Amino acid sequence: MSPEQPTPLELSRRRLRAGRSRRSTLTALVSTLVFAAVLYLGVTNAPGWPRTQATFLSPQVAWDSLPRILEGLWLNIRVLAVAAVCTLVLALVLAVLRTLRGPVWLPLRLLATGYVDLFRGVPLIVLLYLVGFGVPALRFTDSRINPVILGTVALVLTYAAYVSEVFRAGIDSVHPSQRLGARSLGLSYGQSMKLVVLPQAVRRVTPPLLNDFVAMQKDVGLISLLGPLDAVRAAQIASQSSFNFTPYVVAALLFVLLSVPTARLADWATARAAQREQSGAAL
Amino acid sequence: MPLGPVARDTSLDLPPGPRRKEDVVLDVRGLVKAYDDAVVLNGIDLTVAEHEVVTLIGSSGSGKSTLLRCAGVLEPISDGQILLDDRDISDPRIDADAVRARFGVVFQAYNLFPHMTVLDNVMLAPRVVHGVPPKEARARAEALLARVGLADKAGAYPDRLSGGQQQRAAIARAIAVEPRVLLLDEITSALDPELVGEVLGLVRELASGGATILMATHEMGFAKQVADHVVFLDQGVVCEEGPPAQVLGEPTRPRTQEFLRRVIDAGRL
Ligand SMILES: Nc1ncnc2c1ncn2[C@@H]1O[C@H](COP(=O)(O)OP(=O)(O)OP(=O)(O)O)[C@@H](O)[C@H]1O
Ligand SMILES: [Mg+2]
Repeated sequence: MSPEQPTPLELSRRRLRAGRSRRSTLTALVSTLVFAAVLYLGVTNAPGWPRTQATFLSPQVAWDSLPRILEGLWLNIRVLAVAAVCTLVLALVLAVLRTLRGPVWLPLRLLATGYVDLFRGVPLIVLLYLVGFGVPALRFTDSRINPVILGTVALVLTYAAYVSEVFRAGIDSVHPSQRLGARSLGLSYGQSMKLVVLPQAVRRVTPPLLNDFVAMQKDVGLISLLGPLDAVRAAQIASQSSFNFTPYVVAALLFVLLSVPTARLADWATARAAQREQSGAAL
Repeated sequence: MPLGPVARDTSLDLPPGPRRKEDVVLDVRGLVKAYDDAVVLNGIDLTVAEHEVVTLIGSSGSGKSTLLRCAGVLEPISDGQILLDDRDISDPRIDADAVRARFGVVFQAYNLFPHMTVLDNVMLAPRVVHGVPPKEARARAEALLARVGLADKAGAYPDRLSGGQQQRAAIARAIAVEPRVLLLDEITSALDPELVGEVLGLVRELASGGATILMATHEMGFAKQVADHVVFLDQGVVCEEGPPAQVLGEPTRPRTQEFLRRVIDAGRL
């Protein structure tokens, strides 16, 4: 039977499938509309709605505060870029240090383990204060240390601890015979790590890494606690001068917009990894 | 006669045969390997001479893979000695990476690196370990892949190859470094029956081309045809060894007879 000429049986099955998919699309559409309507009516009929609308959703205040907040966001984006790169490098070093075996490496291994235990446990906000106000108190330099730099350092210290654990899980997930295979070719420990284990590990952990990146995208807003004029701080200033909370909503929306592309990228990477896994792990 | 796994009765050993001492490439002497408390190999003596094919047979868990890993310096040994071309490679002071580079190893599965093309897999060790210039390494790798019948798969990733093709590519990678000895560990046992032939055919070709091979296998028919010497391992000791016709045809030890009876029942001989 040629594929161009389906049997009557297949034709009837196709009609059945098409009808079923039409019906489920319709159901999804109707239920979404109903849900949206209920939500809309519920919120707008709340007793405090007119007041909430005026203090949180004022178009005029939003428009006036937007340029300053955007300017602040640009600072967040730059901090994010630097922090992300530094985090990746530091985390990779920590993860590799923790895989080293043998007594020579014991001090480094212990140091890396201690680091991860410490910085995974300290809340980011506390670390921001400790680094932001503690390091300047040490008076290494006479001039004032830029709080943006201190904020970035705190961010990197915390995130590197998390991300190194992600890397370590990735390294552990590489099949032992891959390592053995690399060593059997005469590759040294470092060469097998660099050429065989790490490339595979990094590929596997790309989806969770992207999720950590999304988390970092919003946590960069916390550097405002140290004073620099980022998006959150700009929103705070605008809010105080206008006696209105709308600038915070503007900042929130901008952060969401920033994270959506990464979130989609993470979904795509996850789907692709699942597909690769399914198409048969190499024998 | 009692057949303890530990006490090895040397009176039944065959005379050394036609092999001459100066031909010996790999010489395993009194090899002991223990994990924690479990003794896996308990005093193995074994030699592989130049251009010789030695097959290891034995039931699951008898220590074949462990022996191959120890021989290839992929694991530290607990006692004994391993000599490669009369050099003690079990000496902890040797450069183990350099010694490993003189062996070609193929395992049962997961040999190829999935993030590299087949060609890059074959080129890796010549380039990184042996310092062959990239152009030359590529030309040699392409020639090798053509030799194992995979010229058209050079640019493919391993997961696009059949199991048999993957194992042939792994063999190409192992011989790319012109190893002194090939160590093959049940390279066909993860394959569908119809793919076993193509891989064993390649090993047969290498053997007739003069390669020196130590291989563990479940394929008794193959051992019978290609091996020069068969070693039957049982519970970590060499229970019986000799020419294939003798060990597989008229085994003298009860353990060997029992093992071969089970193999025949499973339809493998
Ligand atoms: N890393 C290890 N740690 C502890 N025990 C081990 C280890 N590797 C192997 N063994 C033990 O050593 C014994 C021999 O294992 P080995 O893999 O060498 O057998 P084998 O003859 O290759 O078997 P098979 O035919 O199933 O491949 C087994 O009892 C196994 O449990
Ligand atoms: Mg085995």
